[in-house]
Amino acid sequence: MPESALEHQNTAGSAVVYRMSPLGHFSQSEAPSLSGHRSPFVLTSFCTEDNVLECRSYINQEVSSLGLRAVWTPTDGPAELNVVAVLNSLYELIQLHRQGLRALDDMEVERQRSASNTELLQLSNTRLKGQLELSKRENTSLLEKERQLQLKVKNLQSCLKNEKEEVQRLQNIIASRASQYNHDMKRKEREFGKLKERLNQLLVDKKEKKQAMEVLNYVERADGKRSMWKTGRTEARHEGEVYRTLLSDYDARQRELVLENSEQRKVLQQMKRDMVSLLRGSKPARREETPGDPQTQGDSEDSEEVFESSCVDAREKLTNSIRLKWRKLKSHMERLDSQASLVQAGEGAEPDAVPLETHGQEMERLKLEIQQCKDFIHSQQQLLQQRLTSPCEEEEAAAIPPGSPMQGEGGRPGERGRLGEDWRALEEQRTHFEKERKTFTEAAIRLSHERMMFEEDRATWLKHQFLHWTPFTDQNQPEMTEGEQEAASVFSPECLPGSPSPETSSSPRCQALQTQSTADPYRSLPPSPESSHSPTQPITINGCIGELPIGSSGGTATVRTQLTS
Amino acid sequence: MNFSEIFKQSNQLCRISPDGRYLATCVQYRLVVRDVNSLQILHLYTCLDQIVHMEWSSDSLFILCAMYKRGLVQVWSLEQPDWHCKIDEGSIGLVSSRWSPDGRHILNTTEFHLRVTVWSLCTKAVSYIKYPKACQKGIDFSRDGSYMALAERRDCKDYVSVFVCEDWHLLRHFETETQDLAGLEWSPNGCVLAVWDSCLEYKVLLYSLDGRLLSSFSAYEWSLGIKSLAWSPSSQFLAIGSFDEKVRILNHITWKKITEFEHPATICSPKTVVYKEVEKRPALSIQDLSSHSVSSGCPLLAVQSKYEISQPPFQIPVVKPDLDRANPKVGVSSLAFSADGRYLATKNDNMASVVWVWNMQKMSLEAVLEQTAAVRCFQWDPRRPRLALCTGTPRLYLWSPAGSVSVQVPSEGGFQVHALSWHSNGDSLVLIGKEHLCLCYMDTEDKSTDSNIWTK
Repeated sequence: MPESALEHQNTAGSAVVYRMSPLGHFSQSEAPSLSGHRSPFVLTSFCTEDNVLECRSYINQEVSSLGLRAVWTPTDGPAELNVVAVLNSLYELIQLHRQGLRALDDMEVERQRSASNTELLQLSNTRLKGQLELSKRENTSLLEKERQLQLKVKNLQSCLKNEKEEVQRLQNIIASRASQYNHDMKRKEREFGKLKERLNQLLVDKKEKKQAMEVLNYVERADGKRSMWKTGRTEARHEGEVYRTLLSDYDARQRELVLENSEQRKVLQQMKRDMVSLLRGSKPARREETPGDPQTQGDSEDSEEVFESSCVDAREKLTNSIRLKWRKLKSHMERLDSQASLVQAGEGAEPDAVPLETHGQEMERLKLEIQQCKDFIHSQQQLLQQRLTSPCEEEEAAAIPPGSPMQGEGGRPGERGRLGEDWRALEEQRTHFEKERKTFTEAAIRLSHERMMFEEDRATWLKHQFLHWTPFTDQNQPEMTEGEQEAASVFSPECLPGSPSPETSSSPRCQALQTQSTADPYRSLPPSPESSHSPTQPITINGCIGELPIGSSGGTATVRTQLTS
Repeated sequence: MNFSEIFKQSNQLCRISPDGRYLATCVQYRLVVRDVNSLQILHLYTCLDQIVHMEWSSDSLFILCAMYKRGLVQVWSLEQPDWHCKIDEGSIGLVSSRWSPDGRHILNTTEFHLRVTVWSLCTKAVSYIKYPKACQKGIDFSRDGSYMALAERRDCKDYVSVFVCEDWHLLRHFETETQDLAGLEWSPNGCVLAVWDSCLEYKVLLYSLDGRLLSSFSAYEWSLGIKSLAWSPSSQFLAIGSFDEKVRILNHITWKKITEFEHPATICSPKTVVYKEVEKRPALSIQDLSSHSVSSGCPLLAVQSKYEISQPPFQIPVVKPDLDRANPKVGVSSLAFSADGRYLATKNDNMASVVWVWNMQKMSLEAVLEQTAAVRCFQWDPRRPRLALCTGTPRLYLWSPAGSVSVQVPSEGGFQVHALSWHSNGDSLVLIGKEHLCLCYMDTEDKSTDSNIWTK
């Protein structure tokens, strides 16, 4: 019996699994077999001799949960089964099962029906969708047609309007012409009427007054000539006159046109030359031009040669060459433009192309530089101006900080009184400097003389020394100590007396600088034979800059720089 | 600027002699010859009837006086005041009379344009020319006076006959391709004859002196066509004014249109100088307005005017014409080139109070003069680019590239200027009113005062 019950388990496998779940160990043990999918034909025993009671209670539970009568009641014996109840419940279960099967069949049928329904619906759906698509397309095409038709209608309406206007205009024209015709007609009719009257009058009127001319005496012709008979010769003469007039007119026109032509040709050739030079200048490396140029050069020469005859060929050649050049120029310009646009787009520029952007930037930069330079120059000029107008401030400033004499503190343009004072002080100083200069020049001359003398003395002394050379030269050493400080410098002692004096000969303005610079000549004296001639050089002091001997050039340089900073 | 006193005249017949020494005027049946500068009466001739047409001969020795009703032409001599000549056309009638260029022949056109009779003052010879056409301008003499072109019509076809004026020998006779020839004009160099059709068809035909058709020009079809035509003094350009309010300029080499001048109602170009005449009415109190002063046209009441320069855009008053009537008042009716050919003055009939001055070198509009009344007459100075115009008011208007000026003609009787004509030396003007005339002498020495009054 368990086998027969288990036969149906595979059909409702999953439902049986869920029902069996409360019984933990059973479900687990039964699960592999009762899954139904894996092994539908394996029947395992649910109830064995060992677990009858448990099975019974389990069955009871299950049956009661299904709403059927209990299989076993405690009133029946503990180890016995109520067969009747069992059979009843079994019967009820079978009934239930049958019911379930029937329900299943029904549902199956229902499902199939609904499946077929859905299929049908799907089919109809697709069909309807297709129809919808079709109708949509038709709709759009119809809309399109309608739009086109509306456009046509609009066009036709405008045409109609134009035509109506045209008709109106023509009608107006017809009306004006008609009125003109009528007017003329009336005028002619009036004249006709007058003619008829006149004719009548003439017919009626017997006395006809003839045309006549009375003149006192005939006068001479304006040009004094006599009138001539009409002969063939006069006629020929007249014809000749006519043609002469016409020919002279044509001649004059021809001359004008020839002049105009030559001028135009000159202009064209000039243009051609300009274009050629332009193209050559911008593209020096273009090869394809060079074969063309000699040819066109030859053309131009040809055209100049045949200029006088001005034959059609030369004219055509010239115009063709001009056209060619112009086309080349245009293409060149286009290329330049495209290059410029490429550069703008960020790509690399060709080396010989001048992109507009960088060109513009260059211009801006240069302009800025120019502006800066101008400003600088302006400020320099201002400073110079200030310097010239206020030297005393500089002097004072120079006195205090030796390193920074020119701070531009002097010469505030607003303070006129102070400026006057400064001017006066400057004048005094100038005269003072003049005097000092004179004394210094004298001193320099004296110095040079002294130096010469000293040189001679030294020479004689050295000679004496060499001539009387002994190892024991102690008495000469103190005289040589200072000179031996210099590395092989024989002339340094001469500078000792020499250098302070030129330095002191400088302007007192440089006094403070001397402290700094006096040490320099001692250190930076280059041993130069020319320095022997230096004492002979006149020491000229120009205002504030002192020209010092070459021997103290280092000091000079430093002094100078400090003076002119 | 000096003005002479007002003299009487009739039929607006005032002509200055070609040599510029005399002024001839007609007063009813009298012919008065004055000296131009002193305005003294030198000669006085009496004709048999009221003079309708008066013309000087080309050598200024004779004056022709025509009386159409009587069919009479009387010729007077200045050298010999006793000399007289009378041409009686008799029953054949007289419609027009003119001198030939040599000053010794008179061409009389009979009534109904039956024929043209050429009377000679030197010989007894009389010539007849048949079938002359009655049109706007049927006869034209070339500038040097050697040839005459005459329009003829026979068998419903137009012909042009070219005569040699020396002996009236028929040089050429050819048919023209016009529907209804309206006029013909020689070019100033005498080599081209322009022939134009009536306003129902826009067509200009250009014939060479020897009768060959050089070219034909037609701007459009069907609408009303040519209204006026003018050659430039150098014969370079031919200006054609038409009913569509445009002027077309043809060049003498290809006879094709080189440009078109339009006359729009709004001017936007900033390069054009627009002079607008502005009237200044004098403020008067009631005491001044006595009936006497009002009736006699007291100068106190004379309306002063001056030119003001208007800024663009400038609106021009347009009068819409009645298109149902024949010869509507629309289109360019007057064209005149200045003596040096640099300027062209035009007048469009819709905008009758406006004169347009075009610069022929730049082919653009140079100036526009708007007057308060319709412009009646304008004429260029024969020597310099100066335009004089009048509008039927007692004022004379002058335009030059330096500016424009409005001058009041001093008169007591309210002299209205209806027409004007320059002296051949460009130093004086004859101002012709309804019944009076006045001479205006330009200041030639003192240019500075002139320039002060110019509005620029």
